[in-house]
Amino acid sequence: MTAVTPTARARKVSSGTVTSKGGRAGRIGVNFAAVLGLLYLFLPIFVIVAFSFNKPSGKFNAVWEQFTFDNWMHPFADQGLVDALWLSLRISLIASLVATVLGTFMAIAAVRYRFRASGFVNFLVVLPLTTPEIVLGASLLTLFLEPHLVLANHQFALGFVTILVAHIMFCVSYVAMTVKARIRGFDWTLEDAAMDLGAPPARTFLKVTLPLILPGILAAFLLSFALSIDDFIITYFVSGPSTQTFPVQIFGQSRVATPPQINVLASMILFGSVTVMAIGSIVGARRQRRLGL
Amino acid sequence: MIERDDQGRKRATIAPWLLQGPGIVFLIVFFFFPLYTLGRMALSARASRFSDPVFSWHWDNFSSAFSKYGDQFTRSFLYAAAATLLALVIAYPLAYVIAFRGGRFKNVLLGLVVVPFFTNFLIRTLAWKTILGDQGTVVSVLRGVGILGSSGTLLRTPLAVIGGLTYNFLPFMVLPVYVALEKIDPRLVDAARDLYSDTWRAFRKVVFPLSLPGVFAGSLLVFIPAAGDFVNAYYLGNTNNSMIGNVVQNQFLVQVDYPVAAALSFVFMAIVMVIVIAYARVLGTEDLV
Repeated sequence: MTAVTPTARARKVSSGTVTSKGGRAGRIGVNFAAVLGLLYLFLPIFVIVAFSFNKPSGKFNAVWEQFTFDNWMHPFADQGLVDALWLSLRISLIASLVATVLGTFMAIAAVRYRFRASGFVNFLVVLPLTTPEIVLGASLLTLFLEPHLVLANHQFALGFVTILVAHIMFCVSYVAMTVKARIRGFDWTLEDAAMDLGAPPARTFLKVTLPLILPGILAAFLLSFALSIDDFIITYFVSGPSTQTFPVQIFGQSRVATPPQINVLASMILFGSVTVMAIGSIVGARRQRRLGL
Repeated sequence: MIERDDQGRKRATIAPWLLQGPGIVFLIVFFFFPLYTLGRMALSARASRFSDPVFSWHWDNFSSAFSKYGDQFTRSFLYAAAATLLALVIAYPLAYVIAFRGGRFKNVLLGLVVVPFFTNFLIRTLAWKTILGDQGTVVSVLRGVGILGSSGTLLRTPLAVIGGLTYNFLPFMVLPVYVALEKIDPRLVDAARDLYSDTWRAFRKVVFPLSLPGVFAGSLLVFIPAAGDFVNAYYLGNTNNSMIGNVVQNQFLVQVDYPVAAALSFVFMAIVMVIVIAYARVLGTEDLV
């Protein structure tokens, strides 16, 4: 791998022409715009972390008053927030596990087999992705409000189960699309080879197919977990009055108070995810080097 | 030898349905069937304010959805269009620099784009409320240099809502544009320059057209959630710039007027579909959807 970037190469070719001067100004301008863009992305993050060290005078942590470590000493002081975060973690874990299983099998079916109605199935999978969240939430609410249409007058309350169903629903399509994109180039004749050598289908799948498509599945799982734990709009429609996920709790609470613990927990989640991401990419890079890819 | 097509797919009848059956059933029951119940609700009527809605081909819900909330509809699509355009302007240089000048740091830079979104959507929007607040630095500086009047504010203006929408959906623009730019063979740019094209012209005639699929995907990924959002308008706007999401949310969950709320969501979804299809036609990238 040489360190020459594409543009550096392009510039080398053009050096000496009249246009390179204007090119340099443009180049600096674009770099500057990119840096500004990154700063814009990070501005609220700096504010969130900074205000986790604020000691607000009233109920709202919105104006800078005084530096304190108190909030970080008592990160779990707000019981409502902690319960909500715990509920969110449980829902996201179960929802993304179920969605990963359902979506992965859909992706394998689509990439591996030719069958009737495959165009229709593809349409079925893509449509939820282009439907506004508010419509997804509203339509699920009407479904849950009319249980006689589904469960013959069997009333079921809005809460854990309805949130779970909603989250699985919007994650399935993301999983199917992600896994499909990742396994499109997979060499399915490897399976034939394993079976020619006498491996039964289940063993072939576990020993040959699964290890090869696992990185794609893992990426899809992480994506659905992130989408699920961050979701507010759909969840708000189907959560009912007594079951509060982390975002729903914050929304409800923000009318009366925004305790600095919100910022502390948000910062913890942020630093935690960045650490996981960093470790993941280092491990991934090592694995690639070891396999000589 | 098993017969495969050019993409290595086997022809089969039962196996694919065993694999995808559960997922398809799930989507039909919890995505398509709810759209039917939503449509049914939109055609229902309530005898009185507290009675349950009954299905009765009550089309009035649709006409009152339009006549009462036309402003919010227009505003939603205008704000979403403005946010999409702004997101493109901000995201394009960022994606361009990462794709063409990122070198070894491509993945790190991409990570940096995603990192802010590890904090919750609502908390980020609340942070913008703090930044743009009347007692914040931004407002006092803008008042100081005279851009805002002495009592001018940023919060509760359309600008704040559009800014919030742009921010919250920005990665959905950066990532697809990056993917499209990354695929471009740098030799194409070299070729353009060998033929005496200047940097700007090479960009306009070679790079930008090739990045259009990314621009298309990114625009939809920003426009659709932005048009249906109610959180940004709730935190950063006021009642004069509420969007259709605020109305649907309010009608469903506060006023509990399900039929009108359902009609509103149905109309909203239909308009979004029409815009998506029209947009795909204009850009000539139908096969992407």
